[in-house]
Amino acid sequence: MFTLELCIASVMLISLIIYMLTGGADFGGGIWDLFATGRRAKAQRTLIMEAIAPIWEANHVWLIVIIVLLFVAFPVAFAAISTALHIPLTLMLIGIVLRGSAFVFRTYDVQSDTTHRRWSQVFAIASAITPVMLGITLGAVASGTIHVDVVSGQVETDFFSAWLAPFPFAIGFFTLTLCALLAAVYLTLETKDLELQEDFRLRALIAAVSVGVMAGLSFILSVEGAPAIRSGLSSAPWSIPFHILTGAAALWAIWAIWKRQFRLARILVPIQVTLIVFGWGLAQYPYLVTPDLTFSNVAAPDVVLRSTLIILGVGGILLVPAFLYLYAVFKGTVRQAKTVPEHLDTHENDSA
Amino acid sequence: MTDLLAARAQMAMSLAFHIIFAAVGIAMPLLMVIAEGLWLKTREEVYLTLAKQWAKGTAIMFAVGAVSGTVLSFELGLLWPNFMAYAGPIIGMPFSLEGFAFFLEAIFLGLYLYGWDRIPKYAHWFAGMMVLLGGMFSGIFVVTANAWMNTPTGFSIVDGKVTNIDPIAAMLNPSSFSQALHMTIAAFLAVAFAVAGIHAYFLRRDPNNLFHRRAFAIALSVGGVFALLQPISGDISAKRLAKYQPVKLAAMEAQWETERGAPLRIGGIPNEDTEETRYALEIPKALSFLAHSDFNAEIMGLKAVPRENRPPVAIVHFAFQIMVACGIVLITAGVLGGWLAWRRKGLPTQRWYLRFVTLCTPLGFIAIEAGWTVTEVGRQPWVIYNIMRTADAVTPMPHLIVPFASFTVLYIFLSIIVFVLLRRHIFNAA
Ligand code: HDD
Ligand code: HEM
Ligand code: HEM
Repeated sequence: MFTLELCIASVMLISLIIYMLTGGADFGGGIWDLFATGRRAKAQRTLIMEAIAPIWEANHVWLIVIIVLLFVAFPVAFAAISTALHIPLTLMLIGIVLRGSAFVFRTYDVQSDTTHRRWSQVFAIASAITPVMLGITLGAVASGTIHVDVVSGQVETDFFSAWLAPFPFAIGFFTLTLCALLAAVYLTLETKDLELQEDFRLRALIAAVSVGVMAGLSFILSVEGAPAIRSGLSSAPWSIPFHILTGAAALWAIWAIWKRQFRLARILVPIQVTLIVFGWGLAQYPYLVTPDLTFSNVAAPDVVLRSTLIILGVGGILLVPAFLYLYAVFKGTVRQAKTVPEHLDTHENDSA
Repeated sequence: MTDLLAARAQMAMSLAFHIIFAAVGIAMPLLMVIAEGLWLKTREEVYLTLAKQWAKGTAIMFAVGAVSGTVLSFELGLLWPNFMAYAGPIIGMPFSLEGFAFFLEAIFLGLYLYGWDRIPKYAHWFAGMMVLLGGMFSGIFVVTANAWMNTPTGFSIVDGKVTNIDPIAAMLNPSSFSQALHMTIAAFLAVAFAVAGIHAYFLRRDPNNLFHRRAFAIALSVGGVFALLQPISGDISAKRLAKYQPVKLAAMEAQWETERGAPLRIGGIPNEDTEETRYALEIPKALSFLAHSDFNAEIMGLKAVPRENRPPVAIVHFAFQIMVACGIVLITAGVLGGWLAWRRKGLPTQRWYLRFVTLCTPLGFIAIEAGWTVTEVGRQPWVIYNIMRTADAVTPMPHLIVPFASFTVLYIFLSIIVFVLLRRHIFNAA
């Protein structure tokens, strides 16, 4: 039955998927900034910056949508998660703050190459930490180690055991590799420079293999680390076809990258990531915070859910076209070499 | 420092930081849209330059506003999980609507900042207007959530459990209108005068600079209009307080005794042990009049409630005095500017006046911080007025001093950088 709380939960899952595909790729950009190497390191960094600049704030709002829906529709779960996972969430926040601000500071603070590089470093390191923390949080929520008294909402676990374990960390690094893969694949299409394209092709291949490794590792660790999810992922009727589908998408994507079919890869990799996140969502059902909180036992009253859904519907009609327009304007065509808008391009005169 | 105190300090610090960027996010789009609109109308190149320079400075503020706002959304849970478990569904409506306002703002901001050469001129101007609307509604919605904490409505409590939630009634609680109005005006007022002050500074050195003349004219007109509106909306707030939060009003006015014909106090030092206020300049019966439009109306004093239900009187009283003082100076600046402009039939660029406006640069922001101190500290010891105590809302997490210290260091660091970058941007543009 599609109850109200399931509708909201689905919107949250969809938002998480979009956040991974858009915001996740922005983090991935930062990761490749961190690993920019060789003769073209500077060109790589510039490409990443130009690709992210106009869209990252809009991409970032998906995370806020998820959080808001979580506390509106499943308040006890929000309270429990933010209590038990206070530490990784705080680290993630520090990462978000540093990432966003270092990014704009770098854009506006081009006095010298050294300051520029310093901001670059902060941006890159923060971009790597944040998705790891996000993944750790999701892994811990799935692991079944957060015990909550459903009636009072009091968390009965301490502040470390839920997340300071192999499984959440595996999910953290799994998330990191997914971000890196998305970014590398998107970036192959952001430039006309063939050498740069090759750089990101190589990076995409490395990332794709790492994704495979981390997926396998997470699955192995889930035996001990997240038994409930594990049984969802391995014994539910949908699980075998689903695994085959995800695996096929992954292999096809690697093939496409290998064959330099970048447009195809840009379709396949997001599908792969979507399937992974979606599969996790299915396996998680009916638990929101395994094992004590389910979607239905912590759902807010129906009036609240219904009004939230109405807002989501009406708001969606307004926003989806706007979001697509943003992408059409900045991502619609293969970008030309010179895309830095003129008002950002006045640094030289500025520092005079 | 107890954990409760650390949590309160962290919340207060994060909000005080965020509100500066939020105010800029609400008001700067108005100035940019005006400048760009004038360019579309007159085709004078200087207006386009102005819009672009303002946009460039604002981009930094927007990014820091977005990340510090994200921190706040999480902190509601990280610091006050019990409050959120209780209030989340009730005030969910404004928060979900706010989410959409953010989206609107962020999407069109991308188009605005990076789309100068990519989208048609009028589409670009339209994007600016959508940023303005998005920012205004972000502020309005989140303030209604805060208003609910002051005057919680839209639910009932049966056997200690929340039932009968009416999200719309909760959003449109008795404080929503007055607070949202007052905050929105405050943002326009503070930002317009800050901008006017900066350009006044440059005009004093270079009176014929067209760029600064145009900028000063736009900012001063906007600031002047909102300066006249602010005391009216402040009066609406005060009347609402007299009705719904008399304890807060008593603390603002350092009023200990319940009395008819209560005086308005200017200055004065409230003493919480002896329960009296000394050295204040008292205007007879003025408080009764302002609160109830009746010189002999009864005003409740702090002594009417037990000590453990009173907010820290001195902080609230001083903060209120600071806000009103800033407001009066800004109104003076606005009225004076209007009068000088009318006499001259042109821009008021007398040197002494420019100097005066320059000195006004920080006042609006000081008033905003002070005003929030009044609202938030004045609500203590309650997080939800008369329903949940702040002490019962806090997280069980120990050692909260650590995140408090970390975020404080981080925000101080960011403030310094933002200050340096903006300063450099402003001086270079000049
Ligand atoms: C530029 C900023 C600014 C200026 C000049 C003023 N205020 Fe203000 N005031 C605010 C900015 C502000 C604020 C930061 O926006 C507050 C905090 C919460 C709110 O809704 O608005 C506020 C709160 C606030 C409250 C408390 C509302 C509550 O507790 O919910 C009152 C009674 C007033 N104001 C009254 C005034 C009066 C009589 C002013 C006379 C000039 C005035 N304010 C100037
Ligand atoms: C941006 C403007 C705001 C500022 C500057 C501000 C300021 C403050 C201050 C100074 C405190 C500490 C009060 C004390 O502990 O004595 C505080 C507490 C708090 N504020 Fe606000 N506030 C703002 C808006 C909001 C909004 C919009 C909300 C929620 C929707 C909110 C929620 C809280 C909560 C939950 C606390 C902690 C509990 C408490 O101390 O009452 N604030 N804020
Ligand atoms: C508890 C209180 C608050 C929370 C949880 C909160 C949350 C947020 C979040 C998540 C953002 C980022 C949106 C984005 O990514 O673009 C944001 C930005 C913003 N907030 Fe707040 N906020 C709070 C208080 C306030 C207050 C009191 C106001 C003002 C009146 C305000 C006005 C704004 C505005 C105008 C923006 C957009 C401007 C910008 O990005 O700089 N917020 N807020």
